Amino acid sequence: MNNTDPASTRPLPPGPPLPPEQPGTAHTATGQPGPAAPGGGTLTATQVSAWFGSNKVLEGVDLDMDAGQVTALIGPSGCGKSTFLRILNRMHELVPTASLAGSVLLDGEDIYGRTLRVTQVRRHIGMVFQKPNPFPAMSIADNVAAGLKLTGTKAANRSELIEESLRRAGLWNEVKGRLRDAAGGLSGGQQQRLCIARSLTVRPDVLLMDEPCSALDPTSTRRIEETIDELRGQVTIVIVTHNMQQAQRVSQRCAFFLAAENEPGRIVESGPTTTIFESPKDSRTSDYVHGRFG
Amino acid sequence: MSAQRTVQAGLPPRPLRALAPPRHRPRTLRPGDVAEVAGAVAASGALVWFVYARLLPFSVHVVGIGLSWYALFLLTYALVAWDGHGRVVATDRIMGVVIATAALAAFTPIVAVIGYVVIKGAKVIRPGFFTDNLSVTGPLSAATEGGAVHSIIGTLEQLAIATMISVPLGVLTAIYLSEVKGRLTKPTRLVTDAMTALPSIVAGLFIYSLLILQFHWGFSGFAGSLALAVLMLPTVTIAAEQVLRVVPGGLREASLALGAPHWRTVLSVVLPTARAGLSTAVILGMARVVGETAPMLLTAFGTTTTNTNPFSGIQDDLPLFVFTQIRSSQNTQVQRAWAGALVLLTLVLILFMLARLIGGSRPGKKRRRPSRTPAHSRRVPRAGAGPTTPAPGPTPPDTGPTTKAGPS
Amino acid sequence: MPCGADMGGTVSGDTVTAVAEAEPARRRIESRLTAGDRVYRTLATAGAGATLVLIVLIGLFLLIKAMPALREAGWSFITTKEWSPDAEKPRFGVAAMMFGTLISATVAMAVTFPVSVSTAVFINEYAPRRLRRPLTSLIDLMAAIPSLIFAMWGLFVLVPFLLPLEQWAVDRFGWLPFMKAAAIGASLSNAGLVVSLMTIPIATSIIREVLSQVPRHECEGALALGATRWGMIRTVVLPFGRGGIIGGTMLGLGRALGETLAATLVLSLTFEIKPRVLENGGITVASALAVQFKDAQKMGLSALMAAGLALFVVTFAINLLAAFVVSRSRSGAGVDA
Repeated sequence: MNNTDPASTRPLPPGPPLPPEQPGTAHTATGQPGPAAPGGGTLTATQVSAWFGSNKVLEGVDLDMDAGQVTALIGPSGCGKSTFLRILNRMHELVPTASLAGSVLLDGEDIYGRTLRVTQVRRHIGMVFQKPNPFPAMSIADNVAAGLKLTGTKAANRSELIEESLRRAGLWNEVKGRLRDAAGGLSGGQQQRLCIARSLTVRPDVLLMDEPCSALDPTSTRRIEETIDELRGQVTIVIVTHNMQQAQRVSQRCAFFLAAENEPGRIVESGPTTTIFESPKDSRTSDYVHGRFG
Repeated sequence: MSAQRTVQAGLPPRPLRALAPPRHRPRTLRPGDVAEVAGAVAASGALVWFVYARLLPFSVHVVGIGLSWYALFLLTYALVAWDGHGRVVATDRIMGVVIATAALAAFTPIVAVIGYVVIKGAKVIRPGFFTDNLSVTGPLSAATEGGAVHSIIGTLEQLAIATMISVPLGVLTAIYLSEVKGRLTKPTRLVTDAMTALPSIVAGLFIYSLLILQFHWGFSGFAGSLALAVLMLPTVTIAAEQVLRVVPGGLREASLALGAPHWRTVLSVVLPTARAGLSTAVILGMARVVGETAPMLLTAFGTTTTNTNPFSGIQDDLPLFVFTQIRSSQNTQVQRAWAGALVLLTLVLILFMLARLIGGSRPGKKRRRPSRTPAHSRRVPRAGAGPTTPAPGPTPPDTGPTTKAGPS
Repeated sequence: MPCGADMGGTVSGDTVTAVAEAEPARRRIESRLTAGDRVYRTLATAGAGATLVLIVLIGLFLLIKAMPALREAGWSFITTKEWSPDAEKPRFGVAAMMFGTLISATVAMAVTFPVSVSTAVFINEYAPRRLRRPLTSLIDLMAAIPSLIFAMWGLFVLVPFLLPLEQWAVDRFGWLPFMKAAAIGASLSNAGLVVSLMTIPIATSIIREVLSQVPRHECEGALALGATRWGMIRTVVLPFGRGGIIGGTMLGLGRALGETLAATLVLSLTFEIKPRVLENGGITVASALAVQFKDAQKMGLSALMAAGLALFVVTFAINLLAAFVVSRSRSGAGVDA
């Protein structure tokens, strides 16, 4: 939509959330049958721009990430996908010079607002990183339960939670006999699934994944994709990927980011994955998803 | 051999094996090279012998002969290599010899010092050395009489107090420098770096004029501990900061992304990951100051009687014991000094071994060469830190050299 | 990047962004700290603050205490070599001490630099793989051994061992003005040699560490071109490690300047400037502090403070320089001066 309306370009007050952009009717039409009762939260990004210092890296991004669905962010390197992802759970502000504009709502509540603490936000919106990063000083079980310890949550059924998280991440059968071993002994793919399990233990509404498979071999990648598929419906997943096939396989909705030279990244097109891949409206999208550039 | 025998037996079970060419490691050293070296050694030796024993009318000291031999050997070997292989190879050979010689020059004193201290010390050391003090030992007593228990007690107490002061402060400062990064970061880092330049005697002088002259506390072990703490603080801070800095940023992010507050991230993720490196830093810092003599002269002063209270009255410690004994004109006291030196050396060795053990650091591999590892994967927490570390968690790259960087 | 297409236009679609005509203002990022985080920040800041204050205090204290002596002596503090600050007419200066400090440190560095670099290269490039770890351990251990022990060994073993050689040098080359010597053994150069025993392990340890970070593929590149081992070291290893080599040597120099015991034990302490480096006598700042403080009266102590401050300033300047050199070089990341 065109933001010619001056009201929407004014500084966004942190309090009342702006109405989400065109509450997507498309995703229900994609026909991906979600589970009966979709879990997870809805993330709505409105007019999100981001800077590092004076360098604008992202401009006017509007995107809905629907509850229980998998949204893939695609686009060439350096177009702001990862920055956008990190804005979604306030990891962006870890860079000292970073700033942003716009708002991100989790189930209608502004995550950058006054009411939520940054730690609460991140608890609700988990993140899995590009490279598996289990805590090396902890055992496998401790890693899975790390979220409880780190957020100061007391859990009576710790071992059940660990098993549940590992099962949801599809790792239980591989590690159930060696929960006390160091996490470093696992393979790269197992470590990444351990990281997913770790994020699931605190029961987030949304799980952000920043190219979770880029450091993994094809077999591990397939396992992770299966895991993502199993999690669909339970949590909202936003995944950044460079792999077009992966985006097609795992996501229901897709957003294509692009940045021209010396310009901030923008969303060129977003919508149901099938539409983006089969009948994109923009020629650049078509070129990109068919591997003609990027 | 056995393979051949099976072949001869007529029924080779695995004939292909027997026919396979013998395995060998490729070697760069050829017999001819060895012969060249040997020839050069012999030729130059013969020439030196001829000149000194036959031509020169006076005798020359053995060190002189050795040096001339070495110089002549270099010349001969250079000529031989040049003639046989050309200039480039000759340079390579000669530099190899020179570098090896310099390394020998560095390692010889090391081995010699340890050996000398052990031999001289073992001659004098008796069990009484650990139970007696010097209060009734006169200058004319035998070297085996008397002991250093008063010094050992002093050293342990002073070291403990200095560690208790400097380690919490140093680690907190390091956390501030690497995790909090507030406005004080720059000035703190600057003065900490500057502090490593503080000569230890100046640290002693500072404590002396502040506590002993200004506040009239009198000489005490505690004053000595403070001087040691002042010396340890920058060492521990810098080493700890380095250790914390090599904790992969991904781990911090992972923890924060789980919704952890900063303090829990530091306490539960950063510090445990850096645990081994931190212990190493602390222990090496202790090893650095345990042998400090100069500042102790001005603060603990030294005595011959046992004083277990570090907070009141003059106290001895091992470096002071050794220093006062070695400066004596009495031979027996000088001998006793070597016993003290042996104990001190042992203490340092124990601390050093402890540091290596806890750090689990494998020297020579402490920082992995980035050779076959793609650059981007180096920040990933390495799987189990290699097969040789049983303890969970990678050892952050060592902190060794920098902990020794301060001047004495 | 191949996305050279014009990005300015807007495209209509399911969700399409537009170039915002007026930029939305950047939001201030609200970051409310938890109570725990506030305590943690306060604690860490307090720790850093305490360290900062302590160190600044030491510097200020030294300066304040040194002021009376500096005012008394004025510029003559730098040029005077006598040391009688408590006399009726105080006359004192650091000329002799500084001279002795610099001479012994120079001798120490003249030995340390080539030996350390060679040893570091030897361990990394020449030593058999099996020996590398033990040799590195040995060097690191050596860097931790108290200087007192080196000083004693130097006094009892190294100096007697070198005596005939020095005697020979004095006999043969005595006609050179700086080689002349009436009595030898307790000289500044010997003190410097003993100091080098302590600085070699320190410098070697740092230089080896830096040189071990040479990218292997660069070395292999040189070898693959047919370079000899020395050729590879000269073209790849040493240029890469130059910053670390200079930095490590300078840290050794800093240590050499502040070294107290070698001079106190080896040197026969006299307040004079001796260009004859092999002759007995001379003094260094640190050894002067160690032997003079007991007899020092008011002005004497202030003068010692001033001398200590002067030493501190020189060492600090050298450390800063080392840090600067190292941080500007490629291999600098490995060393924090």
